[in-house]
Amino acid sequence: MEIAALVAAAVPVSGAIGYESAGLPFVVVAPSSIRDVLRFLRDDPAQAFSALIDVTAVDHSPGDGVIEVVYVLRSPSRRAKIIVKAKVPADDPRLPSVTSLWNAADWAEREVFDMFGVRFDGHPNLKRILMYEPFEGHPLRKSYPYDRRQPLVEERDPIADPWPSRDRY
Amino acid sequence: MTTERERSSDPETQDPISEVMQIQMGPSHPATHGTIKFDLELDGETILKCDTEVGYLHRGFEKMCEQGTWTQCIPYTDRLNYASPLINNFIFTEAVERLLDVTVPERCSYIRVILSESSRIADHLTCLGMAAAEMGAITVGFYMNEARELLYNLNQAVTGARLTVSYGRVGGLARDLPDGCADQITAALTKIRSTLDDCEKLLERNRIFIDRMAGIGVITAEDAVSYGLTGPLLRATGVKRDLRKDDPYMLYDRFDFEVPVGTKGDNFDRYSVRFEETRQSIRIIEQAMATLPGGPVSIEDPTIVLPAKQEVYENIEGLMSHFKLVIEGIKVPAGEIYFAGEGANGELGFFIVSDGSGRPYRVRVRPPCFYGMGALAHMIRGYAIADLVTIFGMVNMIGGECDR
Repeated sequence: MEIAALVAAAVPVSGAIGYESAGLPFVVVAPSSIRDVLRFLRDDPAQAFSALIDVTAVDHSPGDGVIEVVYVLRSPSRRAKIIVKAKVPADDPRLPSVTSLWNAADWAEREVFDMFGVRFDGHPNLKRILMYEPFEGHPLRKSYPYDRRQPLVEERDPIADPWPSRDRY
Repeated sequence: MTTERERSSDPETQDPISEVMQIQMGPSHPATHGTIKFDLELDGETILKCDTEVGYLHRGFEKMCEQGTWTQCIPYTDRLNYASPLINNFIFTEAVERLLDVTVPERCSYIRVILSESSRIADHLTCLGMAAAEMGAITVGFYMNEARELLYNLNQAVTGARLTVSYGRVGGLARDLPDGCADQITAALTKIRSTLDDCEKLLERNRIFIDRMAGIGVITAEDAVSYGLTGPLLRATGVKRDLRKDDPYMLYDRFDFEVPVGTKGDNFDRYSVRFEETRQSIRIIEQAMATLPGGPVSIEDPTIVLPAKQEVYENIEGLMSHFKLVIEGIKVPAGEIYFAGEGANGELGFFIVSDGSGRPYRVRVRPPCFYGMGALAHMIRGYAIADLVTIFGMVNMIGGECDR
């Protein structure tokens, strides 16, 4: 629980709470503070979690109405891992984007948006990545039945509408 | 943008060199290993921007894992990186075992190491052979496929299938190695070693190959870390990071092997790192085969591992535990874990949440080549459109894993 105390001391608004599962340290922080917490973990020489390995989410909306966004960080120099979580309300999930800290967050956050509908404020190009643009709903939400059918997408005229993605990046 | 289009459609003022050309490469293109689309902006032949569109092979892996029992996820993991399905099997089952807090028998770990490394060789041979074939060195492609065939035959002898192996089990393996497996492995490794020597001679003194690989698709070590690159892509930039050494699992700490690294982070370093890793994997297999211990390949716990068929047919306890395991699944205690191992393409991780029922609450796979594809737009900027083929080949996107 030491790491959670360090995070809480460095970023007081985070209200960091630590726990352990299967030998791994977990820290739960306030959603608004996520960028500061991750920047602290990355830049603090004693922590040195320099690599953002993964961003994902777990939908707990049937139980307590929240979506947990999960950040997996790794410190190669210390051979350590940490998992940072932010719980956002499932009806309006919003978080600051960490794309300014790691480029890897770009695609990872797009996938969390695609699959769970979590909006990352400040993301340069927040759009679906694995699903297609007219897809309805967010498939990894527990409220999305695995056998739901999607409406057929109308055929696009490539001459009249040639480049749907031209303004990306 | 519209003014640009109007200008280009007017034949009087049309000058194809003076303006940015937009080209869509894919979704189905002979030089792409999977279905993928690149929206390119070109200045002549130089790529100014590349927008990578993935997801064409999305099958809802993570959603489907939530529908069945833990054991029923294993066949889905085969279809992630289908060039090295055994690695996916074993890392998934290791993750569940750590959540269950059980340790598999030593023989099981040895077999997992042997088959993981043989899969890594098969994966690297696929990547290198295809990349060389795309550059016109089709001989190398055939040589490497021929060598890989021996490993697929090994897969078939051990698991009964060539690609859809489903050989890992939570708490052990589906079955022990078959008779004569050691000879088969020795023969395969001898052939692969001579194939590697041949291919090295064919490629590394080949002017065309070197011109198209050296200095192409350079990425710095800082950028590689920032883009979440792992595995051969990261090691090619000079960062010595390998989970088999840094965070050992499956008894990898018992074997002696080197972690090859590059210096420049270009295509040629990626090629060299993969090439040398193949040789190191051969070393690991040879060490593991020489010291392979006897004993069972699965733990004996009727709440985790299916009982022997004899037990199921002949006594009521066996029948009951079989029934409960198949219908209710393994009761993994509530908790969360992130466990990662070194896949052929990099860090293959599983973030697993269990709620204590027999079914996964959430299974997330951290696919290494998804992040590799995320960095592709950065690696390709400023190079010619023909370099896209080689850079993409060296990222080694596997559609099943990238799109899940």
